[in-house]
Amino acid sequence: MTTLLKVDGIHTYIGQYHILQGIVFEAREGEVSVLLGRNGAGKTTTLKTIMGLTPASKGSVTFHGRDITKRPTYETANKGIGYVPEDQGIFGDLTVEENMKVAMRKEDEATLARQEYVLELFPDLKTYWKKDGGHLSGGQKQMLAMARAFVHDSKLLLIDEPSKGLAPIVIEKVMEAINEMKKTTTIVLVEQNFIMASRIGDRYTLIDDGRTVQAGDMQELIHDEELKRKYLGIG
Amino acid sequence: MLGIIAIALAIFPFVSDSRTWTILLTQIFIFSILAMSYDILLGYTGIVSFGHAMFFGMGAYTTAVMLKRIDPTMGTFILSIGVGMLLAALISFFIGLLTLRLKSHFFAMLTLAVSGLFLVLAEKWRTVTQGNDGFTFKAPEFFKDRIMFYIVVLAILVLVYIFLRRFVNSPFGRVLVAVRENEQRTRSLGFNPLHYKVIASVVAGVIASLAGSLYAVSLRFVNTSVLTMDITLDALLMTIIGGVGTLIGPIVGAAIIELTQHYLSGLAKDYPIFERWIIFFGIVYILAVIFFPKGIVGTIREKLWKRSTKKDAPKSVPKKEDL
Repeated sequence: MTTLLKVDGIHTYIGQYHILQGIVFEAREGEVSVLLGRNGAGKTTTLKTIMGLTPASKGSVTFHGRDITKRPTYETANKGIGYVPEDQGIFGDLTVEENMKVAMRKEDEATLARQEYVLELFPDLKTYWKKDGGHLSGGQKQMLAMARAFVHDSKLLLIDEPSKGLAPIVIEKVMEAINEMKKTTTIVLVEQNFIMASRIGDRYTLIDDGRTVQAGDMQELIHDEELKRKYLGIG
Repeated sequence: MLGIIAIALAIFPFVSDSRTWTILLTQIFIFSILAMSYDILLGYTGIVSFGHAMFFGMGAYTTAVMLKRIDPTMGTFILSIGVGMLLAALISFFIGLLTLRLKSHFFAMLTLAVSGLFLVLAEKWRTVTQGNDGFTFKAPEFFKDRIMFYIVVLAILVLVYIFLRRFVNSPFGRVLVAVRENEQRTRSLGFNPLHYKVIASVVAGVIASLAGSLYAVSLRFVNTSVLTMDITLDALLMTIIGGVGTLIGPIVGAAIIELTQHYLSGLAKDYPIFERWIIFFGIVYILAVIFFPKGIVGTIREKLWKRSTKKDAPKSVPKKEDL
């Protein structure tokens, strides 16, 4: 299987804080790679650094064999990396439809087909099509955020804690959707909820204190009680 | 609805022979154009500029100087509007490119500085501008009749409104709103916010210059006051009081402010205390901001929205707990 995204020893500072101190991981085409770790380990910053929102001072990010470390965020996005941030970043004054349209950029056949597809995944969005993004519930916002990232021909989706703050029944829906998206897109997922992560992840990367401590097959981690206890506080 | 108001306003000067009202309404139309242009920055793109007067002044001076130096004809008038808009486009483009990368408050301060620079230029370049004293000039023959000028300005206001409405409702306009709401997020959707902000500031600058050209002709006089902070503040307050992020808001705001100014200063004849009308004006501002935090149009719209959703609430608006 080919490597789609390669993160090689990135260091990132936010202000004077040295947040990432050598993160290494890979996302293989067609797989769901999960970044695991405690709060403050550097998972979100890793995604932001890939997007160029908090640029790396050292190390490199390669996407499709091309170095994107120093590229501006909008270029990275245009190369086919979709990003669903933790706060979802819905445009509250735009309707659901407008939110989607902004994300679509163009309305060619392929894009419209993708829109059709995501609306099947998230039928709720159709119901609230003309409603302002700001008036959606947390779960609906999460679905809109994912739909928005997906609709623009993303070859890779970075999804940051999609289960955060959602009711269990909604988490189920979100998981179903990720499982569907997985069929056509490579996904990098940051997730605290280990049950969810273990169910949809193919591979894992464990991050602690801004460093990669372990990576491998999700199945191995599921059975490695020691590792889970040490870094995730479970088991 | 808006069409009816526009037609009523177009008929107005032929029914009423009040010169004061014709002039006052012309003034309101001109400031509506300026305030709408400011709203493209403030309301749609989320850019706070303290230097908007520089584009207004640019238009005013270009038209005044050309009408004085070349000849006071309609041709020169139209040409001068074009030249003013072109100048405004070029200057707003370069200033935007250089400054819009900055965080909002730095940008606001820089626009203040740059517009200060233009004010000093107008004061010192006496051979052309005659400094602070300014100069009078003849308006084209066609505008000798105030009613003609009134009709032309009204027509321009309607055209500008239609153009800006198309602009903000276009896909481009949607991205502007997205930039205002969450610049980082817009960037990660693949847009370069700088690109959008610069174009918004060019559109706003060009329209402000148009308003300035009309303003100069309405007074047949120009001096450095067209470049002062007061003009920017007027535009800012008209936008805020009327309602940011709506195009009707700035028009309503312009009407309210111009009418209040006119009325309060008129009261001074009978009540000397109103010679200090600016104080009362301050009170009106404070009340407006307290009772209409989203501006008059914004507040009304919100009320209407609430009412319409209340009606069908049980069917279509899910409670948060549902999901």
